[in-house]
Amino acid sequence: MFRLKNTDITQPVKGRSLWQDARQRLIHNKAALVSATLLLTISLLVIFAPLFSPYALDDTDWEMMSIAPDWDSQHYFGTDALGRDLFVRTMHGGRISLLIGVVATLVSLVIGISYGAIAGYLGGRVDAIMMRVVDILYAMPFMFFVILLMVFFGRNILLIFIAIGAINWLDMARIVRGQTISLKNKEFIEAAEACGSSPLKIIRRHILPNLLGIVAVYVTLTIPQVILVESFLSFLGLGIQEPNTSWGALVNEGAQEMETAAWMLIFPASFLALTLFCFNFIGDGLRDAIDPKDR
Amino acid sequence: MLRYIIKRLLGMIPTLLVIITLAFFLIRLAPGGPFDTDKTLPEEIQLNLDKKYHLDESLLQQYFRYLWQLLQGDFGPSFHYQDYSVNELIETGFPVSLQLGLSAMILALLVGLSLGTLAALKQNTSADHLVMSFSMTGVSIPNFVIAPLLLLLFAVHLDWLPAGGWDSSRPSTIILPVLCLALPQIAYIARLTRASMIEVLHSNYIRTAFAKGLPMRLILMRHALKPTLLPIVSYLGPATAGVITGSVVIEKIFSIPGLGRFFVLGALNRDYTLVMGVVIFYGLLIILFNFIVDLLYAWLDPKVRY
Amino acid sequence: MNIQLVQQKFTICILFLITLLWVGMTFSAAAAEQILRKGNGPEPQSLDPHQSQGVSASNILRDLYEGLISEAPNGELIPGVAKRWQIDESGTHYTFYLREQAKWSNGDPVTAHDFVYSWRRIVNPQTGSAYAQTLAPILNANAIIQGEKDPTTLGVQALDDFTLAVKLQGPTPYFLGLLTHSTTYPLHAVTVKKYGNKFARAEHSVSNGAYQLTEWVVQSHIILKRNSRYWGDAKTRIHTVYYYPIEDQSTELKRYRAGEIDLTYGIPLNQYKWIKKHLAKEFHVAPYLGTYYYGFNLTKPPFKDNKKLRQALTMAIDREIIAEKVTGGGEIPAYGWVPPRVLNYQAQTFAWHKMDKTTRLAEARKLYHQAGYSKTNPLVVEVRYNTSENHKKIALAISSMWKKALGVRVKLLNEEWKVFLANRKQKLTQAFRSGWIADYNDAFSFAELLYSQHGINDTGYNNSDYDSLLKQSAIEKDPNKRRQLLEQAEQTMLADYPMMPVYFYVTKRLIKPYVRGYQGNIMDHHYTKNMHLAK
Repeated sequence: MFRLKNTDITQPVKGRSLWQDARQRLIHNKAALVSATLLLTISLLVIFAPLFSPYALDDTDWEMMSIAPDWDSQHYFGTDALGRDLFVRTMHGGRISLLIGVVATLVSLVIGISYGAIAGYLGGRVDAIMMRVVDILYAMPFMFFVILLMVFFGRNILLIFIAIGAINWLDMARIVRGQTISLKNKEFIEAAEACGSSPLKIIRRHILPNLLGIVAVYVTLTIPQVILVESFLSFLGLGIQEPNTSWGALVNEGAQEMETAAWMLIFPASFLALTLFCFNFIGDGLRDAIDPKDR
Repeated sequence: MLRYIIKRLLGMIPTLLVIITLAFFLIRLAPGGPFDTDKTLPEEIQLNLDKKYHLDESLLQQYFRYLWQLLQGDFGPSFHYQDYSVNELIETGFPVSLQLGLSAMILALLVGLSLGTLAALKQNTSADHLVMSFSMTGVSIPNFVIAPLLLLLFAVHLDWLPAGGWDSSRPSTIILPVLCLALPQIAYIARLTRASMIEVLHSNYIRTAFAKGLPMRLILMRHALKPTLLPIVSYLGPATAGVITGSVVIEKIFSIPGLGRFFVLGALNRDYTLVMGVVIFYGLLIILFNFIVDLLYAWLDPKVRY
Repeated sequence: MNIQLVQQKFTICILFLITLLWVGMTFSAAAAEQILRKGNGPEPQSLDPHQSQGVSASNILRDLYEGLISEAPNGELIPGVAKRWQIDESGTHYTFYLREQAKWSNGDPVTAHDFVYSWRRIVNPQTGSAYAQTLAPILNANAIIQGEKDPTTLGVQALDDFTLAVKLQGPTPYFLGLLTHSTTYPLHAVTVKKYGNKFARAEHSVSNGAYQLTEWVVQSHIILKRNSRYWGDAKTRIHTVYYYPIEDQSTELKRYRAGEIDLTYGIPLNQYKWIKKHLAKEFHVAPYLGTYYYGFNLTKPPFKDNKKLRQALTMAIDREIIAEKVTGGGEIPAYGWVPPRVLNYQAQTFAWHKMDKTTRLAEARKLYHQAGYSKTNPLVVEVRYNTSENHKKIALAISSMWKKALGVRVKLLNEEWKVFLANRKQKLTQAFRSGWIADYNDAFSFAELLYSQHGINDTGYNNSDYDSLLKQSAIEKDPNKRRQLLEQAEQTMLADYPMMPVYFYVTKRLIKPYVRGYQGNIMDHHYTKNMHLAK
């Protein structure tokens, strides 16, 4: 029962904004919280852990080829077929995988949001044409074009960012456009227009911040997809150039040596799976927090 | 409805054109030609080959020649597999890929829907958590890890299933590839179904049905199923794309003579016509499938009518 | 009972017994019908002997067709369609006497005209065959290929149905070995003319070897059944051969272990240790006529005019470690260009071949400094290789060795095959990976690669002394003098360091213990008709 005696009725009642509501819900979502912490730990590990190992990413060692994890020699995760330390390589692989995940998602974010917001806000003929283009592009077997690009133009990490980012922006554009359209008709936009703000300013100051929620959800759900796409490219032999590596490339090498050197698969695969799990849980949590109806 | 269908069918043409044009110029821009080998090719022979395959014409000329042939349904001769035309290669590869993909999708739908429904009905119990963890694993581990694992287990160590090849008369060759291809989709569909069904089960009209005392099975079948299926039907489009890309991996690992392998080999061998053929074919499939999905959506959701 | 009835009954009994016997024999023959299943690497790109490229197609063609000369299981040359031959004194006129019992799979006799037709077809530029140059030793072949002469001027003639006369440009000691190559197989002219480029398909194929093509499903399987009209069919024991195109060797191993394949194409290199441990008796290794090497682009810096640098890099790698630990084991470290066991040739080696490791590395470092590089001014070099697990590992190993011994900074460039070829040909490379498998068992097959005008001399090696030695050897009739010329040429070339040999190839495969008649040979040519199953 509420203790009325202790409430101070002279103070104004502090309202709770929608953001605060969302944050409360998010914090109470245990899975999301644990995932966020794990993700942070993994990120710190991949950035700093290699500093604590005496081995470099490409240090071959002919005496120590394919040995199991061994504490004394400081090969905590064992070594690969060329004697390179798997712990350091897994960490470096993590850097690349996470980098690709974040940057490629950012690429698709930038393209998708601008495209969708402009189309949604301007409406009419412009919107119709822009969405027509999206429809046309939707049916493209994108993966094949990415493969063609990688095969022909080499294993450039910049190319990977752009190519993978270009696969995902369509969904983002559609969602953003949908949200923009529903926002466009709200009163506060009408007020801004009445004040004489230019469309660009309205998009930037009013529409974009209101898209933040749904965009955040999409970003956290796209990153794991991107990481998987990169691992698929590695499987085809089109991923990152040696001696750099990614989790996908490591998992691919490990899958071939499953029976003889299981640690080569287990460590990178666990990191990969764990990271993807975390992103998915956080994405779900964000989605629940922002739109409780969907829970 | 008919007008809508016609409008959509016509709308497919620009999409196809974009796909064809992009693929055509992209693959021809790539360095290296279809006849480069590590042996010397005397100039006279190179000239003859170029003439035979019209590679001596300007790109634009080749493009229009290709479009004209395409209109007649001819994908051209394969540059690399010189005893065959692309039409013939696609004819051998497509039925296999179709069987594989369709079986995988059907399996994914059946199992995914069942698992998702189970999880939704028993929300927050251990059954729910089990299904959800399985689902998470399915989307987090790439299938070029799961496939060799299962291959090792079932084909090599236990010797229950064959290790490769595709023989439609022997169902045992079909089991593993279809399973591996379906797994990521099962996982995703289970998640979607669970979320969707939970939402549907909390809606007012379902609550009314419960209040009326209707048995669960009736509620599920008659009232809850159709609205639950809506987001899953929307997902079917990207799901097909996912199955098609996934099949490249599965076909490689299980030595299945499908279209996916032709695509990768075609790109590597600069077999222009083969690559074009496969890309256009897949593009067509995806377009058609999206169209069917839209029709299905209209049938399921009475609020959407064209 | 009267006599007639008894006679009738007796006849019936005999007939019945004979039928039983015949049925029994058919059944036992069918029951003993032997089927061999082989893994065959990448899908053959064509089964037209003039268009096919690559080992996987040659393996199949070898079972389908037979040339003038064939090979015994150990690689020795034996009569094929030609039962005997004569070579004149100048070494340029060959006369082949063909077997009269040799038949095509449709019953037609194999005649000298079939060879004439086939050889004229391959040198005809309109056929567009990438392997036309195999027939280069034949008179006028090169001119015809260049389009300067008509195919009918080729130095081959059918004196009658069963006698073939061949005229060569010059004495070519390896010519008989060349005649085992699939490009020299005869073709059934009527079939080729009727079906054009579809003649090699299963429904049309007519062949003269121990087997005929019955089914070809691209990417799935190729089935060969015995050609009962083959002149040597009585000795053939395997009735059906299945060829499976399995590119991924890990997958092939799994299928072998599951009992679906009897003979593999290769082995997954990273499972070499496991295979040696668990399948040692089924693992067969044999030397193969090929050299794996790294080429230096001599037309651009840093390798242009810098012999000392090239020598330093060549000396700085540890070939034993690469051959034993990196490739998966079994390869032979290469200190020369032409592999050992080539017919009529003494393998050549670098002058420092016997140095111990420490001295060799010290010498390498000295040369590196003399070439103008040091720790503060390290060499930065590109190493280009095409996509493959094996090439990747070796490239990593070599760059690591160069780094540790000399402080070289290597930039690795993994390119896809066609791109790689294009860049190599256009000499956009610095150091690049390469391999060379001989087409025939003679040192010239290796020597000619570094001839300055050779189409795939990707290093750009141009030494007039070397060229003239090669030209002399091509017209030298005395085999001993010729051998000395070639050996001298190799020494000259090795001293110039245009490229860095790494190892000599070996073939590695798994064969089920019940497969008999297989013998490892240096050309890796195997004929199914020599094999049988002892199940």
